[in-house]
Amino acid sequence: MERRVLVVLPHPDDEAFGISGTLSKYVQEGASVTYACLTLGEMGRNMGFPPFASRVTLPSIRKQELEASCAAIGIRDLRMLGFHDKTVEFDRERLDSCMEELLSELKPTLVITFYPGYSVHPDHDATGASVIESIRKLPEADRPLVYCVAFARGHEEAIGKPDVIHDVRPFVQQKIASITSHRSQFQAVVGEMKLSQQEAEERFGTERFWTYTFA
Amino acid sequence: MQTIHPPEIQRMIDGLKDQDLYIHLEMTSGAYAAHRDASRHPAANFISNAVIRYASGSIQGSGPYRVGLKTEKGWIYTEGLTHYEETEKERLIMAGHDGEGKLVVALQLSREPF
Repeated sequence: MERRVLVVLPHPDDEAFGISGTLSKYVQEGASVTYACLTLGEMGRNMGFPPFASRVTLPSIRKQELEASCAAIGIRDLRMLGFHDKTVEFDRERLDSCMEELLSELKPTLVITFYPGYSVHPDHDATGASVIESIRKLPEADRPLVYCVAFARGHEEAIGKPDVIHDVRPFVQQKIASITSHRSQFQAVVGEMKLSQQEAEERFGTERFWTYTFA
Repeated sequence: MQTIHPPEIQRMIDGLKDQDLYIHLEMTSGAYAAHRDASRHPAANFISNAVIRYASGSIQGSGPYRVGLKTEKGWIYTEGLTHYEETEKERLIMAGHDGEGKLVVALQLSREPF
């Protein structure tokens, strides 16, 4: 059982499709889960349909959606770190120091982040790279387990198949609640969320991770 | 956001001329453009809180709309605008959304930083 889980992702909603079932499971098992979310998704392109958000109102809307998603998952410790969407890779010094502070404060037993180089969005890759490099600096015995999420084209050819497969079927309702919390992002697919329990389990019941190996 | 009503945009453009303004100007094809379709090119830019001043400007077209602002030494141009924030009276908040509602361009002007 995991005791202290630290999740580091750059955008509100990055948790929803890939890991919210796993996090719900950890919360129910009694782990303390901290979610460090770097930005408020200020530059997101989805603004609802028809659009109900603007560049000015989007950050506060996405902050509320993030808080609702965390409530659905059961996460009580949400840290919003104040980075600006699309600029994470250009703010690496501040990012590295944030990561080192979080690791030192929380001493997580498990860290979940994006697989650097295989996560498509520059903010995802920069976040993963900073987490990995900050953990690499720790003495080997103190390094937490690291699970990464990857989805770039050709990622399995490069890094193989995921080695951690979680059955999150008992948590699909929490997962769907997490996804639908992000209304400005996923309004277009919310209609698809009216699934039977069996359909939801088939579609959302599995989450996949790569354990990062520090060579 | 409301679909653009050109006379109202023109009134706001006229009301903001000849003064220092903060601009947010942006265009993006989305960070996932090439991930979803390899033939597409992921391109984006934004400039936020640069200070500009224009002596004249107008909105043109029949929708999506174009806005051109003539500055002392150059131009600011945006094509593809579809929506504006109707509750904003001091700031001009405009955006262009595609058929799925995704933001493609944005042009915003304000006397205060964004």
